[in-house]
Amino acid sequence: MIQAILVFNNHGKPRLVRFYQRFPEEIQQQIVRETFHLVLKRDDNICNFLEGGSLIGGSDYKLIYRHYATLYFVFCVDSSESELGILDLIQVFVETLDKCFENVCELDLIFHMDKDRVDRAGCVTQLSPRSCSYKAAGTLRRGFARMYTGSVCSHRLCPQPPLCHCWKERRAAGCLTWEDPVVSPVHYILQEVVMGGMVLETNMNEIVAQIEAQNRLEKSEGGLSAAPARAVSAVKNINLPEIPRNINLGDLNIKVPNLSQFV
Amino acid sequence: MALRMVKGSIDRMFDKNLQDLVRGIRNHKEDEAKYISQCIDEIKQELKQDSIAVKANAVCKLTYLQMLGYDISWAAFNIIEVMSASKFTFKRIGYLAASQCFHEGTDVIMLTTNQIRKDLSSPSQHDTGVALTGLSCFVTPDLARDLANDIMTLMSHTKPYIRKKAVLIMYKVFLKHPESLRPAFPRLKEKLEDPDPGVQSAAVNVICELARRNPKNYLSLAPLFFKLMTSSTNNWVLIKIIKLFGALTPLEPRLGKKLIEPLTNLIHSTSAMSLLYECVNTVIAVLISLSSGMPNHSASIQLCVQKLRILIEDSDQNLKYLGLLAMSKILKTHPKSVQSHKDLILQCLDDKDESIRLRALDLLYGMVSKKSLMEIVKKLMAHVDKAEGTTYRDELLTKIIDICSQSNYQHITNFEWYISILVELTRLEGTRHGHLIAAQMLDVAIRVKAIRKFAVAQMSVLLDSAPLVASSTQRNGICEVLYAAAWICGEFSEHLQEPQRTLEAMLRPKVTTLPGHIQAVYVQNVLKLYASILQQEEQAGQPEAAQQATQLLLERLPQFVQSADLEVQERASCILQLVKHVQKLQAKAVPVAEELSALFAGELNPVAPKAQKKVPVPEGLDLDAWINEPPSDSDSEDERPKAMFHEEEQRHAKPRQAEVDEEELARRREARRQEQASNPFYIKSSPSPHKRYQDAPGVEHIPVVQIDLSVPLKVPGLPLSEQYVKLEEERRHRQKLEKDKRKKRKKEKRGRRRHGSLPTESDEDIAPAQQVDIVTEEMPENALPSDEDDKDPNDPYRALDIDLDKPLADSEKLPVLKHRNAQAPKPPEKEDVPVVEKKSKKPKKKEKTHKERSRKREEGRKGDDLDFWLSTTPPPAAAPSPAAATVRVQLGVSAVTAPKDDSEVTRREQVADEDDEALEPKVRRKSTQKKKKHKKEKEERGKDKKSKKRRPEREEATEPVQNGAPQEEPLPPMSSYCPLAENAYVKMTYDVQGSLQEDSQVTVSVILENHSRSLLKNMELSVLDSLNTKMARPEGSSVHDGVPVPFQLPPGVSNEAQFVFSVQSIVMAQKLKGTLSFIAKDEDGATQEKLDFKLHFSCSSYLLTTPCCSDAFAKLLESGDLSVSSIKVDGISMSFQNLLARICFHHHFSVVERVDSCASMYSRSIQGHHVCLLVKKGESSVSVDGKCSDATMLGNLLEEVKGTLAQC
Repeated sequence: MIQAILVFNNHGKPRLVRFYQRFPEEIQQQIVRETFHLVLKRDDNICNFLEGGSLIGGSDYKLIYRHYATLYFVFCVDSSESELGILDLIQVFVETLDKCFENVCELDLIFHMDKDRVDRAGCVTQLSPRSCSYKAAGTLRRGFARMYTGSVCSHRLCPQPPLCHCWKERRAAGCLTWEDPVVSPVHYILQEVVMGGMVLETNMNEIVAQIEAQNRLEKSEGGLSAAPARAVSAVKNINLPEIPRNINLGDLNIKVPNLSQFV
Repeated sequence: MALRMVKGSIDRMFDKNLQDLVRGIRNHKEDEAKYISQCIDEIKQELKQDSIAVKANAVCKLTYLQMLGYDISWAAFNIIEVMSASKFTFKRIGYLAASQCFHEGTDVIMLTTNQIRKDLSSPSQHDTGVALTGLSCFVTPDLARDLANDIMTLMSHTKPYIRKKAVLIMYKVFLKHPESLRPAFPRLKEKLEDPDPGVQSAAVNVICELARRNPKNYLSLAPLFFKLMTSSTNNWVLIKIIKLFGALTPLEPRLGKKLIEPLTNLIHSTSAMSLLYECVNTVIAVLISLSSGMPNHSASIQLCVQKLRILIEDSDQNLKYLGLLAMSKILKTHPKSVQSHKDLILQCLDDKDESIRLRALDLLYGMVSKKSLMEIVKKLMAHVDKAEGTTYRDELLTKIIDICSQSNYQHITNFEWYISILVELTRLEGTRHGHLIAAQMLDVAIRVKAIRKFAVAQMSVLLDSAPLVASSTQRNGICEVLYAAAWICGEFSEHLQEPQRTLEAMLRPKVTTLPGHIQAVYVQNVLKLYASILQQEEQAGQPEAAQQATQLLLERLPQFVQSADLEVQERASCILQLVKHVQKLQAKAVPVAEELSALFAGELNPVAPKAQKKVPVPEGLDLDAWINEPPSDSDSEDERPKAMFHEEEQRHAKPRQAEVDEEELARRREARRQEQASNPFYIKSSPSPHKRYQDAPGVEHIPVVQIDLSVPLKVPGLPLSEQYVKLEEERRHRQKLEKDKRKKRKKEKRGRRRHGSLPTESDEDIAPAQQVDIVTEEMPENALPSDEDDKDPNDPYRALDIDLDKPLADSEKLPVLKHRNAQAPKPPEKEDVPVVEKKSKKPKKKEKTHKERSRKREEGRKGDDLDFWLSTTPPPAAAPSPAAATVRVQLGVSAVTAPKDDSEVTRREQVADEDDEALEPKVRRKSTQKKKKHKKEKEERGKDKKSKKRRPEREEATEPVQNGAPQEEPLPPMSSYCPLAENAYVKMTYDVQGSLQEDSQVTVSVILENHSRSLLKNMELSVLDSLNTKMARPEGSSVHDGVPVPFQLPPGVSNEAQFVFSVQSIVMAQKLKGTLSFIAKDEDGATQEKLDFKLHFSCSSYLLTTPCCSDAFAKLLESGDLSVSSIKVDGISMSFQNLLARICFHHHFSVVERVDSCASMYSRSIQGHHVCLLVKKGESSVSVDGKCSDATMLGNLLEEVKGTLAQC
């Protein structure tokens, strides 16, 4: 069983907190903090298992984590889970996020706007179950479900520093002064991977198909009411001195889907 | 209208959305809390609006705030509103919020039942999916009970996506509502062979999770899993199955044999490291479970070790870590194969990764031998010096001690070396393991007599530097060592070189800064030391020196008398008075040393850690017998104790009412005294002088040590252990030379070792430096062999320990909603009897017995199935269809085991053939049987009651009515916890349960609920014992002491504490008065509070729900030694079913047989009284006839039953 899934950034700011066992909020925060401090101490090239012990449950529990650029993905599991299997699962999860949000970095958990570029990635190789497993060697290609290798670059999903790249790009665009964690969409994706602490689906294509179907449904329902509000935020971002009173709602409605699939 | 809508959306545009919220938080770094509370106020406003979209937006923001640590449970109702929105977009937001913040304590959660049910049956798979996902996070026992049937239906949904989720959530349902496991299991099992790999994987997942907790119930699934393992290509599934086999093999070694081959194949063939690793792990588990009769046993071990070596040598740290982890499992059973990789493991000790170093440390445990111990420990000591973090250093420290002390110090050849290692370890700063070092020092000093002189010398040096040790650490750290040092110096003071100096050191003013328990030991041992000084000085004829010592004590002791610690104070004042008395005698020149040292005469023997637990119930102590009645026969009693020592089995086989003879009593007293005396943690009372002489012979059997030291005993201040390493090397070298000279003419006699472990060949050459006699730890003479620690009674998985092979009983049905009941099968008269049934229909009576027999056979067959499978080669790999394969195997077996039963076999086939719902044959057959039974019941109504009562009905007998038959209304929720007491701070409810293990004990579970705003701590429960009922208190505490509650209660939290009471007579109800005292702490301060209560032990609480088959029940009634009584209660409107359930639940009865409105029930008391009830329901009255082996008990019980019925 998986007891908890935590995602936080290099500063320990939680990006996703999912407990499968009831803890009061303050304890949850404490666990996140302590886990962060445990993980932070560790180099990137040492093993990914931690006997967390005191945090959640007893000695039966292990922390299994991976570090991708600015984000830590930590799974707290008991002895019924295979350690290497969970490492693979984290990989599947991250690659799915990567597929849904283009690049998985903190920014993509923050901005998730241009999701329509997903298909551009092109050649999505079938994630066959066999290839989903832990191989000592393999090549890293996004979309291709290769599992963890021992090499250093395995801790980065992308070999180049595209993350910094998109930071810059967006900073240049002038819209990067704040963060906007998209808690919910990441949760929705996680829900298709792990349910109630048990592994639900490990086939990335299935997961992505499900998420896309849900998004389509949401779109057909007109999205969250936040759509117009979002438009306003977009307008606010342009720093217009004043918001025009007579907004043409029709125009906005066309524009919105490009901006936001998720809220 | 349209205009208003437009206006509405424009208004909404200026509501904050999630992005705005996050941005706001970012912009208000300084006053974040204030900003967020402002936002929460806005959210509260938004939640009040009618628009669901606004609400959803608000809930979305709340979900984010929850992640930041804000409590959002106040919005639970709004979350439910959003959950029930018709749009998926909103519904999803609602369920997400619910899954993040709902839990069992959320009170509005019961409002969700219908909404969730609606969503589960929604035509949109997304709605269903999102509801399942949400439910998996917040399912409660009530939800599980109410929705189990709906979820079970979804397990056969057309969409694999829903099936997958429904299968997975069943695990959560089982956890919360264990009764649903048996009815749902057949369908779950079916899903193992679902065409969709995702569903299959989910089913494997659930069953593996279930089986991990209670493996024995799932052994019968082994053939199915084996087939999956050999056919599946999904690595995730394979890993799960292989892990499951790892849990099953310890229960069935034959299974292991079968597994070895396919696993080995997988190891060779797979490229996936995760799979390889799990295979290796399971092979190890198999090898552990197998006795060493395997032909290719060593080959498999070699394969594993070799593969693991590859992992450990890998540059990938994860593989290295796991390799070491698996290696440590092999180590336990096959240390030799691991030892050959010592180089590799020592290398890992230097790894930069702490986790890997820790794993390597674990392995070192098995690496050491006499030869290598010193070298390895030296290496570890070097690591201790280098280590940075205290955690790793503490880990090193415990490992050093573990390694050295393992199997009774087997590998230590030189205890002086070990003592110096321990002394060196005391220099560690900031360690938390002071007590561990102290325990080792005590253990070694007590058990290795030859070392005492050296140990005492070392300890006196430690005491001398005490201020240094004590000042450098905190309270619970290294200063614990002084506890041991003081005790050793006092107890073995005759070995001290300069006793005066040590006395001086122990009386220093700085000692008073030590923790109380250490000071207490100081004070006590000062007296021992003083006694031995007096003795020495008097013998030497120097009364002045003795008087000086007295003077010193008189001067320094008062500082302890003033101690805040009661223990220290009490001991100090006692000793002070004693010393004053001695001073008077000294003034008169009366020799006192002899008498004073007599206080501490006698040898202290070590006692095994679990000795106390293992003291068996003494011979002749029969708790059922009346104390005042003399034992009936005592003719040949005198002979018995002798036989006891020879015929062990007989002794355990039948507990006799032996007369407690003098010898036995004396022996027991002696054993107890020694145990207490030698336990340094036991606060000793000074033995009275006359007892001392009695004790003297008891010491004789302790092996006396011959000291033959080849290393000169000198005290080099604080010695460096390294010196010993050198010395040891030289010594070994010398020894070798000598040996060569003597050409092994004389073999050195080895010291006796407790575990009789044979030293390895390489060790053979090394003789220990000292002829060391390790005094074995004492055990009570007739200790029971069992060593099982009790399982945790609160383990949630224990409820799932359910036999799944037993056929389903009628009562076992998932609760179904009432309106669906209409579709449930009606009484069979109106229905067409299935073909199968017609065919097999026979005269009633005969059929009954036939059915009985066949059922029995079937039960046997369950086991046989597995036997059959295990004893043959693997089943054909390409079975045409899974269901058919199962049937065929079963047929095969029945052909073997029950060749006569042809009709049985054919019937089975037919059932299988027409089984369009693809149910397991067994299940289907059960349902038809059930129908038959209904019919029979109907037909027999109005017939002679007696004959009915006699008829055995297995299912009912074994299954107490709990769930209620489907045609009955669902049972109201019942709780056995009754209120105990309540005040402004805390509410107590309690429940009394008889103990299954101890026949005169009951366990009282008290739920303490803190409904104040303060933290409750230091809770203590004190109960005034009566003559009959006594509370079990921790060892050493008096009758008036309270028993501490082992937790604190933060505001709003409840927790359960359990207390054990021993009861003598159980025929009457008991009442005990008690008080709960606690400290309530809030911002304003702490107050001491009390709450009085009265514990009521009803007679029912002494009963244990014990199933009884109707044959035994009939015999019991006929036996005629039961007394009879009856009651009648009028004005009862409740259904008979519920009535019985209530009696079962509140009074711990089980239904033996039920016919119409008449039922027989049975229960057994913790002291073995049989209680039988016959409950009959009239129009509006119920009469209960009872029979019981004790008339008083029966009377009381019936009164209690009457009380319960009166409430119905």
